[in-house]
Amino acid sequence: MSKQTDKIMVLEDKDLESLFDCLKSMKYKLLGPSVYHGAIIYDEIENAEDLPRGYSDQQDGGKYRLLKNETSARFDYVVGQHSWKKYLFPPEKTLFEAKRNKEGFEISETNEPLTPMAFIGVRPCELAAIGVLDRVMMEGPYQDLFYTHARKKLFMVVVNCTCPSGTCFCASMGTGPRAESGFDLALTEVVDNHQHYYLVEYGSPEGHEIFRKLPLKQASTEQMNRKHELLGSASQKMGRTLNTENLENILMLNFENPRWDMVAERCLSCGNCTLVCPTCFCINIKDTTSLDGQKAVRRREWDSCFTLDHSYISGGSIRISAMARYRQWMTHKLATWTQQYGVSGCVGCGRCITWCPVGIDITEEARAIRKIHKDKTKD
Amino acid sequence: MATDQKNNHSKTPFFDPMLPRSFRIVRFQQETAETFSIELKPVSGQKEFFFEPGQFNMLYVFGTGEIPISVSGDPTKPEVLIHTIRAVGNVTRSMNNLKVGDSIGVRGPFGASWPIKAAEGNDVIIVTGGIGLAPLRPVIYHMLAHREKFGKIVLLCGTRTPKDIIFHKELEKWYAGAELEVHITVDTALPSWRGNVGVVTTLIGKAHFDHSRCTAMVCGPEIMMHFTVQELQKRGVDNKNIHVSMERNMQCGIGLCGHCQIGPRIVCKDGPVFCYEEIKGVFTKREF
Amino acid sequence: MKLESLAKILKEHPFLEGLEQHHLDFITGCASNVVFKKNEFLFRAGDPGNLFYFIREGQVVVEIYIPGKGPTEIQSRGKGDVTGWAWLIPPYRSTFDVRAAELTRAIVLDGTCLREKMETEHDLGFILMKRFAALIAERLEATRIQLLDIYGDRSKK
Repeated sequence: MSKQTDKIMVLEDKDLESLFDCLKSMKYKLLGPSVYHGAIIYDEIENAEDLPRGYSDQQDGGKYRLLKNETSARFDYVVGQHSWKKYLFPPEKTLFEAKRNKEGFEISETNEPLTPMAFIGVRPCELAAIGVLDRVMMEGPYQDLFYTHARKKLFMVVVNCTCPSGTCFCASMGTGPRAESGFDLALTEVVDNHQHYYLVEYGSPEGHEIFRKLPLKQASTEQMNRKHELLGSASQKMGRTLNTENLENILMLNFENPRWDMVAERCLSCGNCTLVCPTCFCINIKDTTSLDGQKAVRRREWDSCFTLDHSYISGGSIRISAMARYRQWMTHKLATWTQQYGVSGCVGCGRCITWCPVGIDITEEARAIRKIHKDKTKD
Repeated sequence: MATDQKNNHSKTPFFDPMLPRSFRIVRFQQETAETFSIELKPVSGQKEFFFEPGQFNMLYVFGTGEIPISVSGDPTKPEVLIHTIRAVGNVTRSMNNLKVGDSIGVRGPFGASWPIKAAEGNDVIIVTGGIGLAPLRPVIYHMLAHREKFGKIVLLCGTRTPKDIIFHKELEKWYAGAELEVHITVDTALPSWRGNVGVVTTLIGKAHFDHSRCTAMVCGPEIMMHFTVQELQKRGVDNKNIHVSMERNMQCGIGLCGHCQIGPRIVCKDGPVFCYEEIKGVFTKREF
Repeated sequence: MKLESLAKILKEHPFLEGLEQHHLDFITGCASNVVFKKNEFLFRAGDPGNLFYFIREGQVVVEIYIPGKGPTEIQSRGKGDVTGWAWLIPPYRSTFDVRAAELTRAIVLDGTCLREKMETEHDLGFILMKRFAALIAERLEATRIQLLDIYGDRSKK
């Protein structure tokens, strides 16, 4: 048998529970998709049966619908409003507690023991998003200590996407629908003619360790081809596309473009896009004190560049208009992020489009500005 | 960027950059009605506080909050840490009410520094507006301690009225001495003021320095820096030799909270001192 | 002071730099040397503005008296500067007080005399007008910046 086949083998759906057993025996906390109030969210799960079976989603600008059908597929939907960043980068975190003493005050760090986590069902775009956050949190001159700690102990079971949704554009961003590397295990689900199996591959020594313990079978050529077919056609079924060629320059050269004002008229500055985006990482530092002034706490909370306060300095905010704040978000995500971290901040998951109450579409805005730029430079 | 403009986190050790170190106020000096200087010493641990001129600390007032303030002391005297602060908000006003013996949390030093190494051998022109003199005072101390390494040194200070002038005694000393050329100007004054009246940019033409071989360091309100840079350019100073200190909303000080960006530049990490060549046009881009 | 020394000083003054000799001769004809003691006024607001000063040494301040507040200094001028151009533009009256802040030596020109010469010698008139335009533009810009009160506390109280 060829070496490649050994790296990718078949796991029957009925044996999926063995993966859960393996991870549980290694004391991982299992986190995966769940259905909650009509959407796929991420939550703690125990068994393969907790995975939402027979669901698919319909997504578009400002629209999300979860549909139930009769298939046995466990991964026919894509991403909901949750992203995995909430586990590596909690929405609220206490940084330290302090108390007054004779010398002034003393600081104590709050460090809860961390249970290693296993994410089950990470989509390739989300894997890419975690890769982006890795650069932000771990590769600068200073690191986010909690993120680094949690990330080192993280086990990821990626699920390649065979059914992209209406706002997906991972193919344009080069992040999917198939994960090439960076995962511990990757599954591609195949439901065909009374067969239901996963093509499983490992991508790390930790992944290999579990791979060896699963009841895997050799993958036939037909099964391997099925995988390529499904993922190939998934690339063609993306709901959106984004032309990234020279996009960074085009956006920064069109800083005063009237298109920004058009978008601003619709944008509510609600910040939904930043909440659902898997790479947004702005945080607010909040200092509070007990009523008697003896104890103080510093906390960190997710923030959004859409708030007026985000750019506040003594005397006033720098970005006062909604236009300037939308522009900051989009130019950071698609342009300046690359200069800061070496990759685009956008992974093409489409969440910002789906969860925008007015359906503002980042791919449409980029397209419009590109067209204006082209017309301008042609003259 | 000049090679000395890097984070100096190798000499002053701290472990978690988000945890403040406790420092005690050993001296409190009211400079003007709304500006004050505090001298700090650590409660425990390493006694010296090493920093490069232009760097800042995040200063924490117990339970109230934390703000970024440039170090305004002498880098050649690391036994004392000095900060000069303007009381304009919640945290700074609480700080103004502190006394000798009270504690303040310190995180830092963070940020890129003034290009002192690159300035060696050149004439140096320093233009400050209001409290902008504070982040540049460490540069002056350093240059005076190594006077022979620099050409002519010119200091131009602008402020609103004579009552708003900070570091009076030192300015008088430097004005009277021969080591640097000092000019001070105010926007309005009473007749008892015997110095210049007018905006600080008007002093640039009168100062004596080699416009083609100089290092200019400018610090003050953004609009003052904008016009000062323009005036320097008019006089033939190259953008590569002009350095400014930018201010944005800095909360973490370590490049992770996302607030202090100016386009691709992260002010707490890549700045606050920037070579104007890198950020040219920043003053005219609205809401950037 | 002898006329030839006056000519030399005027020739070296930045405002008249590069002027042709025969133009400088015209100007010297209108000029005389003057000294102001500290606190003496060069001219007052409302004076028939026919005096144009080249400051050689010292410092003068442009001042205005605000009722209820007192005299307020607006701008200062020193060595190498010029002050007093009301004679250029009708109604030829000074708008501000200009006072010597310290002992000041200057060369004063009879503005009316100079204006008449500029009307007859258009070449000279044009050159000087260009220089005045540049000077006034620079003053306007500096004044506008001063107006912004850039050091003021912008925070809301």
